[in-house]
Amino acid sequence: MSAGQTSKVIDKARERHSLVVGVILIVLAVFTAWVFGYGTVGDATFRLAMRGDSFKVGDLVVPAAPYAYVVAAILAYFGARLMMRSGSRRANLILGIGLILFITAFLTWATADHSFSLTGMLKSTIIRALPIAFGGLTGVLCERVAVINIGIEGMLLAGAFSGVVFGSLFGGWAGLAGAAMTGGLLGLILAVLTVTYRMDQIIAGVVINIFVLGLTSYLTSQVLAKEAFRHLNDAPVFRAIDIPYLSDFPIIGPLFFQHNLFVYAAFAMVAIATYYLFHTRTGLRARAVGEHPRAADTLGINVFRIRYIQVTVAGMVAGFGGAWFTLGSVGRFDENMTSGRGFIGLAAMIFGRWHPVGALAAALVFGFADSVQQKMALLQTPIPSEFLAMAPYVATIIVVAGLVGRARPPAADGKPYVKE
Amino acid sequence: MTDSQTGVGSAKKYSVSELLTNPNEVDLKTLLLLPAMAFMTALFLGGVIMFVSGVDFTNIAFSYRALLVGSVGSVFALSETLVAAAPLIIAGLSVAIGFRSGLFNIGAEGQILTGGMAALAVGFSFPELSIWVHLPLSLLAGAIVGAVWGGIAGWLRAVTGAHEVISTIMLNFIALRLVDFSLKTDFFQKTGRNDPISKSVLDSALLPDLLTWIDPQLRVNAGILIAFLVVFLIGWLLFRTTIGFEFRAVGANPDAARYAGIRIGWTFTATMAVAGALGGLTGGVQVLGVLERASPGFSSGIGFEAIAVALLGRAHPTGVLFAGLLFGALEAGGRQMQVDTNVGIDLITIIQSLVIVFVAAPILIKSLYPFAFREHAK
Amino acid sequence: MEVELRNITKRFGDLVANDEVSLTIQPGKILGLLGENGAGKTTMMNVLYGLYSADGGEIFVDGKPASFASPKDAIAAGIGMVHQHFMLVPVFTVAENVVLGVEPTGALDRLDLKRAREQVRDIGAEYGLEVDPDALIEDIPVGLQQRVEIIKTLFRSAEIVIFDEPTAVLTPQEVKEFFQIVRSLRDAGKGIVFITHKLGEIIELTDHVKVLRGGRVVGEGDPKIMSQVELAELMVGRPVDLVVDKVAANPGKAILEVSGLKVLGEGGDVAVDNVDFDVRAGEIVGIAGVQGNGQTELIEAITGLRSVADGSISFEGEDITHHSPRQVHALRIAHIPEDRQRSGIISDFSIAENMALDSYYEDRYGRGVTLSWPQINAQSAKDVFEFDVRTPTIFNAASTLSGGNQQKLVAARELSREIKLIIASQPTRGIDVGSIEYIHQRIVAARDAGVGALIVSTELDEIMALSDRILVMYRGRIVKEFAGGGSDVTEIGMAMAGVAQ
Repeated sequence: MSAGQTSKVIDKARERHSLVVGVILIVLAVFTAWVFGYGTVGDATFRLAMRGDSFKVGDLVVPAAPYAYVVAAILAYFGARLMMRSGSRRANLILGIGLILFITAFLTWATADHSFSLTGMLKSTIIRALPIAFGGLTGVLCERVAVINIGIEGMLLAGAFSGVVFGSLFGGWAGLAGAAMTGGLLGLILAVLTVTYRMDQIIAGVVINIFVLGLTSYLTSQVLAKEAFRHLNDAPVFRAIDIPYLSDFPIIGPLFFQHNLFVYAAFAMVAIATYYLFHTRTGLRARAVGEHPRAADTLGINVFRIRYIQVTVAGMVAGFGGAWFTLGSVGRFDENMTSGRGFIGLAAMIFGRWHPVGALAAALVFGFADSVQQKMALLQTPIPSEFLAMAPYVATIIVVAGLVGRARPPAADGKPYVKE
Repeated sequence: MTDSQTGVGSAKKYSVSELLTNPNEVDLKTLLLLPAMAFMTALFLGGVIMFVSGVDFTNIAFSYRALLVGSVGSVFALSETLVAAAPLIIAGLSVAIGFRSGLFNIGAEGQILTGGMAALAVGFSFPELSIWVHLPLSLLAGAIVGAVWGGIAGWLRAVTGAHEVISTIMLNFIALRLVDFSLKTDFFQKTGRNDPISKSVLDSALLPDLLTWIDPQLRVNAGILIAFLVVFLIGWLLFRTTIGFEFRAVGANPDAARYAGIRIGWTFTATMAVAGALGGLTGGVQVLGVLERASPGFSSGIGFEAIAVALLGRAHPTGVLFAGLLFGALEAGGRQMQVDTNVGIDLITIIQSLVIVFVAAPILIKSLYPFAFREHAK
Repeated sequence: MEVELRNITKRFGDLVANDEVSLTIQPGKILGLLGENGAGKTTMMNVLYGLYSADGGEIFVDGKPASFASPKDAIAAGIGMVHQHFMLVPVFTVAENVVLGVEPTGALDRLDLKRAREQVRDIGAEYGLEVDPDALIEDIPVGLQQRVEIIKTLFRSAEIVIFDEPTAVLTPQEVKEFFQIVRSLRDAGKGIVFITHKLGEIIELTDHVKVLRGGRVVGEGDPKIMSQVELAELMVGRPVDLVVDKVAANPGKAILEVSGLKVLGEGGDVAVDNVDFDVRAGEIVGIAGVQGNGQTELIEAITGLRSVADGSISFEGEDITHHSPRQVHALRIAHIPEDRQRSGIISDFSIAENMALDSYYEDRYGRGVTLSWPQINAQSAKDVFEFDVRTPTIFNAASTLSGGNQQKLVAARELSREIKLIIASQPTRGIDVGSIEYIHQRIVAARDAGVGALIVSTELDEIMALSDRILVMYRGRIVKEFAGGGSDVTEIGMAMAGVAQ
């Protein structure tokens, strides 16, 4: 066929994409100059050092208005370049860098004449991203074997609840084990309902959410609230562990190496899941089950067993992650304390294109927005904090609508496998 | 396709009049047996959970008696049941109509919030209007804003392929924050208050109470009549109009629908707009009939319960009507139960989720009670 | 290795797919299994491959009884199968697909893709089956995908290889190469089972043939001494007439005119490339070609389902290049889509609802947005009767119909109204002979009444039997035109393979 014509068609699509990105950058540039630059006075002071650092680093002081103008100029330059020299392969990369610059300009503007701890905000970004990352990872593991898991929210909640109960009774580690087991049990139930009984996967997930919400709320008010059982809702909290040497580095130390178990576990699990899915024999089989279960079946791979095991393990990840709400944070359970984090985890999975690392990155974006919103509320910017709180949700819609269109979920996603 | 699927194709040839004989005898037994069994089993398991959580047998019996009395045991109980059922029915239809087009509307919650705020805004804004104008206008405002809110998700699905499950969940969160924000603005916030409480709906926009002439305590209002009307309207829309035909065709096989000239994108948008309008109407009915003002998160999970109602009602208007009444009864009875026996109302949520499992996976019930279903086997 | 299947019986509900069928597969021999769709060939082999469990009968491997509970057992016993629909994961590489299930691994369950690649290359070199091990399946052509399937069986040391309708997706040229590969496998001592419904392939390739009909063996023998007519009669159970009864066409003026048409495929590639042709009233134009050469995109473009990149389409002088499917429908153009399950019917809808699927909005079925079911039902019952769709009532779900009756339902919907042009893709794929004949007759009858018809089929026999003119499509272009009837099959085959004249 005419290879020239084919590439011409692709060029056209790329040209259009470049044009769109270029326009976006120009709009951002104008916005940055107009809102963040014009009329802004003072310097933004970002504190980099944390209390207890062994080496202190100085503050980062940025003159707000000049910085905004510089960012605006850079954005405008790249935008114009993309629009003129259309068809760049790096449009998405440039867009990403542009967005990051835009956000720094925003932060500088919001902090002008104030000061706040940048390191502290980034650290809280990681913490706030945690449950979302666990949820997203659960989603990735399930959907890679073609089981849609809407029940992540319920699994997190169940993990939080059983974590506190087991933790109060037998100590933190037992709490972790109990949470993972509970999550695993829910994963197993999801597998039974969807794989064996071929129940609609979305319905099964919704049912798990409602059931767990009802059960944990009922037990909280019926049992844990009673005087005689109050001690069941008082678990020890996992304290932060400083990693020797690494935690002493300025900025990086407090950011990454002064956390509790859950943060290290999240990063480890993402790494293990990535290795497992893409570099092991079992992972290859699991992905085959998610893409083309009949092919896997004809090669003697047990589709049902792989789905059962992986969905159960995914449930354990969610249960473990749910324990963070209690054992990793406050030590007590409150009704519906996950408040929708599981659903955002689901979004992080799609955002992260069904890849563990992608899901983690997406979770960090959500965590960042969440933590910025907290800080901004303190800085009393003219933007109401509710709107900042909305930002990640709006961003998710934009990303899912605009960018993920091209990312493909596993081909058999959501379809039960029927053996002939 | 395997050989086995291509049948032999040599059945008898029937005449035109035979072809037109509708064998559609409604088998009440199959229609009602399963939900009834599912419900009984869920109640039983609820009892088990109560027992495990330290409620003794006498109290379990008392609890279920309270549940029954509190839902249908008196005129007051019936009134409470209907008050709880009205929003569940309308929102249940919102989710159901999505299911009919193959869309999963998790966004009823957000549609209730935005629609409710719109109904509220009109409801407290025009003091001079008569009830005949003001009330319909408020409800209409709720429906329209809800339709826009739902329509966004449908439009995004149609144009960009963004999955409606994600976008409606996100729109829920956004709506929640919007309500928080609005309740701090001068326009919405009750004058002189610092906490996020809105102004009250004017009398001329309130849904009239139906039975206060018997007893001023009876809260049942015209919301339940609106629910009945909506059940009829949606039934008509789905099965007696070309629009409903398109909705159902797209839901059952989008490819075939496209080949038949039905515009999928338009249908997705229209479905979500109708679903959103119902969600918004639910918000209106709640605000104008029960709450009479707004506070943060006033939708209080109705949009999620509606999913259960739609599933239990098998996405059929009549089914949703009965499912909504059942869930309403459970809610009213559950409150009575909490008051009388101190058993937490969250038990109701557990029972509801169990009912859905059993209805959605009938094989579970059928294997539990093989004797009840045996005679149906061919 | 010798495998014997003795008295195998397999039922699906009331349907007996295999009724006491016996056969023997010998090393170094090619056994042909001939039969129509639904004759039970694939079922039989799925039993051998462990995908189905038989309801009766025994399997012997080298004289010893064996039973295969799953493909795993069959693979372990040395049986390999190349399925009609390839069992390949499109987003995996060739090497990943080949080793799936028997992966070389290192420590920690680590996948050893380096070794996998080498092994794929080794097999390729040994049997002359070269494929790039790092190519993604979705990026390579069908012929190569089939090679990967063969490598998969050899990689698992198969001694017996089953091919299920292997030539359906290949060009005649690819078929030649493929036959060469099969022969070399036989010469290497493998036992081969070759499932097909094409007589010519049986005669050309196989050493022994078993003919299946309605789940039973109805005949067997040496294909070298059996005649094509004899085999055909065995296959369909009565004397066959491969030619559709029809008188010479009496074409009128051109109604559908396509010029310079260019259409893009799913991935943005050029699927239809500068195509010109016309269809006249009262003639049947057949488009021959191997699947995936742009026929689907061409039909979708004409019927308004796919946008046109360049060129124009006009109908009775009216420009319909950018018409919607509904506008095309309104011009009295009937469309029988290529995949009835996917896009022709809605299986959960009743037959009446399916009959109204593309006309529910018309005024005869209700005013404004309302639907008048009595009218729809009456019309449906009339058409269902007339087109001989076998069903007890029109209120049954379309899913209760057999494949042939479903196709007749689609034909009834499309052809019962007053039409000027028929566009039909694969109008008889996978249905029984009776229904095939019926649908062919209806199309010819419509032609005789002055309707134009454009038929796309990958079955050359069907094209030859129906068409008054034949266009051959290859890689998005119409490469040659033939007169219907009397044209040389080999020449058409060469054109389908893209062989320059």
